[in-house]
Amino acid sequence: MVEVRLENLKKYFDNGRVKAVDGVNLTIKDGEFLVLLGPSGCGKTTTLRMIAGLETPTGGKIWFEDKDVTYLPPKDRNISMVFQSYAVWPHMTVYDNIAFPLKIKKYPKEEIDKKVRWAAELLQIEELLDRYPAQLSGGQRQRVAVARAIVVEPNVLLMDEPLSNLDAKLRVAMRAEIKKLQTKLKVTTIYVTHDQVEAMTMGDRIAVMNQGKLLQVGPPTEVYLKPKSIFVATFIGAPEMNLLEVSVKEKEDSITLEGEGFEIPLSSDFKELLEKYIDKTVVFGIRPEHMTIESVSSLEHVKRSTTIEGIVDFIEALGTDTIVHANIGSGNIIKVKLPGHIPLEVGSKVKIVVDLDNIHIFDKNTEKAII
Amino acid sequence: MKVKSSYIPYFLILPAFAYLLFFVGYPLVQALYIAFTQNGQFSLATVRKTFADPYFWDALKYTIALAGVIVPTQVGLALILALTVNRAFKGKDFTIYALTIPLTISDVAAGLIWYAILSPSGFLNKLLLNIGLIHQPIYFFGYQYRHMEFLAIVLAELWRATSIVFVIILAGLQMISNEYLEAAEVFGADYWTRLRKIVIPLLKPSIQSALIIRTLFAMQIFGIVWILAGRDIPILAGEGFYRLTELKEYDVASIYALVIAGLSILLGALYIKFMKAEYLEVRR
Amino acid sequence: MNDETKFMLKKLIFYTFIFTVVAWIVIPIIISTLYGFALPRDYYDPKKILPTSFTIKYVKTLLFTLGALDGIKNSVIVALITITISFALGIPAGYAVAKFLFPGKDTIKLSIVALRMFPIPVMAIPLVVLYIKLNLIDTLLGVALAHTAMALPFVVLITSSIFAGVSTELEEAGMVFGLTRFGSFFRITLPLALPGLAAAAMFTFVMSWNEVFVASILTLSHRTLPAQILSIMAGASGGAAPDYYKFAAAFIMILPAITFIFFARKYLVTMWGITLK
Repeated sequence: MVEVRLENLKKYFDNGRVKAVDGVNLTIKDGEFLVLLGPSGCGKTTTLRMIAGLETPTGGKIWFEDKDVTYLPPKDRNISMVFQSYAVWPHMTVYDNIAFPLKIKKYPKEEIDKKVRWAAELLQIEELLDRYPAQLSGGQRQRVAVARAIVVEPNVLLMDEPLSNLDAKLRVAMRAEIKKLQTKLKVTTIYVTHDQVEAMTMGDRIAVMNQGKLLQVGPPTEVYLKPKSIFVATFIGAPEMNLLEVSVKEKEDSITLEGEGFEIPLSSDFKELLEKYIDKTVVFGIRPEHMTIESVSSLEHVKRSTTIEGIVDFIEALGTDTIVHANIGSGNIIKVKLPGHIPLEVGSKVKIVVDLDNIHIFDKNTEKAII
Repeated sequence: MKVKSSYIPYFLILPAFAYLLFFVGYPLVQALYIAFTQNGQFSLATVRKTFADPYFWDALKYTIALAGVIVPTQVGLALILALTVNRAFKGKDFTIYALTIPLTISDVAAGLIWYAILSPSGFLNKLLLNIGLIHQPIYFFGYQYRHMEFLAIVLAELWRATSIVFVIILAGLQMISNEYLEAAEVFGADYWTRLRKIVIPLLKPSIQSALIIRTLFAMQIFGIVWILAGRDIPILAGEGFYRLTELKEYDVASIYALVIAGLSILLGALYIKFMKAEYLEVRR
Repeated sequence: MNDETKFMLKKLIFYTFIFTVVAWIVIPIIISTLYGFALPRDYYDPKKILPTSFTIKYVKTLLFTLGALDGIKNSVIVALITITISFALGIPAGYAVAKFLFPGKDTIKLSIVALRMFPIPVMAIPLVVLYIKLNLIDTLLGVALAHTAMALPFVVLITSSIFAGVSTELEEAGMVFGLTRFGSFFRITLPLALPGLAAAAMFTFVMSWNEVFVASILTLSHRTLPAQILSIMAGASGGAAPDYYKFAAAFIMILPAITFIFFARKYLVTMWGITLK
């Protein structure tokens, strides 16, 4: 088990016209479960494939501890991988599939048998060992792919969207199972996904990528609560963070955010933080669950708050939650997520309470977070 | 979604099926009748007559020998070609097109084309003479050079019919998901191991169909031999042709037809019995 | 040896191999074509590897005096009849295999594959007796009927894979908006399948154009081109023609076939890459 270090890693295609991975610096600690998160085409899979040795970087270095593996072929890296399509070989039985990495590494026969059975037991597929992949369900094939990947006790375990081909229910179950397995085996794991829920629930840390660049790395709650950019803020969280373009106005000793048809008064302690932005346009962001509606529900543990008035435009009753769409003026819609069933009607006037400890303000040009 | 319907599909297939059944069934019955009767009585006279003819055994021998040399070489060659071509490189499209040109060239034309290369005044002899590698032309044709005629047929047939094997194997190769190979690579397999353990086993169905197609067509080999060697190298189809068109011996010719049909059925059945890929079976 | 020279060397070996293979295929065609237009004195001159003076005399003689032109005409007629009958019978069957589920489908499919392998050319030998009775002997229709038997399994398999490639939903959409199943096939599926069917027709043409055994057995005076050429060229029956006629004949025979494959090359893999499962 090793620490993996990516140093200014680059991969260009088409003679540099397409910058799939553009200077990524990242350290994955020994035994850590790191999730590479991003939309499709963001370069996360290419990064993973470079760590696997399936792609040669255009520039930069890949280190396993203090060994430079940048140009080593996959077989000399002692890694394993779970592929998106599982890549369970159809012409081999489950047993032979799991035993393959061991056979290649020339383990003695008894040892192979012992390890295959160990991995099969771990993934609860002992009864399937004699079957061919064509006889298995998608979920079972997935288990075979994972068993095959852990049987060699790799330096690094790579997973490329391994759950994306499973149905929703199975995905939730496998999520927990893979996470538990990794905790048990303590293998350094890099997990690629575009699903933010997977990222939030599985990763020790999340690395968010977009357009070949690494945007933010950190523990899930940190990335969620303290997004460094508009992209990260909106990519993680459902329903999405509310974003409103506002200008910062100084009123006597307090600060007010003025949008088209609405105003958000802030407490005076924001003055210092926003001093440079007075009379400029910024982007205001607030997650739906960091607001509530007065008289209907209350936000606990809220120290500082402010109120905006709005008219209910649409209600999504999800059973466990209710999402209220409120028009706060000039067609600006803000979504508020409230627990349980909310007895509100479309058209009624509401007062929205905003938790000021969880608001975000982004620079309009750089899209970076100010608060 | 496929439509479930009771009679429509049968109704649609019936004409084609009936046509084929007639054109296979009728001649087969006719051939059996002509071959095994004399004056309306069952008789083995024609069989005896055919088997007593040394040309028959020569024809059988040469047909099998030609197939035995040509078919395995073609499959090996096509496999190497397909594996070489199945990657991105400059000129790939042109290479594949060039390799498939012979698909459209008939056996007669292929024989004539290779005659241009191998004849005493042909390209190869003149080339070698002028380079100074030989001082006498190499004779490929004529009864006294029968083994050279055999070689000429093999060359021409390899040239003509490797294409079909190539296309079938290439199509099979392209169907193998790249992730299967990458998985093997990640788990430490080098190129040869991947070839042996992943590619070839997955190609088995393609190789099998190529082998069946080529072997069965090799049993009917005719035009290329007829052009390059005539009856110097007797072959089953050629002898049947000769007996029918020159000697008007319908009965003997029918025996030849039956022998080729029998060989084809036998070989086809053998291939299917011994080459079934196990992992495809279990899917049913 | 460092990695870069190793890489370059590998590349060199690779391209040498590709070049050799392409040359092995292409050079014989070029050489025989050149020889087909060469003067005999160039061909028989041991010093001249490639001819330098050319004539169309032998191609002309072959076409007009030796009956190759009639052969071409006959070949085209036979091929067209073959395409017509085999498509008329094969398209419905191919469509049924592609779009319907029915008991016995696998068996039917497998027997069609088996029939494709069956040595139908050889079956022409006993067919002669029937053709004499039916007055079909030495007729182009007779040859075409036999060629149809040879081409039909191919047409069924190919059309079924072409139709399978056209989404059933499109056809169903047609039916939802008021077409009958039949009308939907003609108005939607068929036009979409047309390019593939055209390619299949070209391959069928080439199949019939190239076939020599059946044509030689079933005809005497109405010979197709390959049968005509075979009787002129082959040593055993017709007496050998001078070499330069052979090359001219090869040229006449391969020209249409190569042209066709050039246009239909996109469909090569669909046409031939059918694996037995």
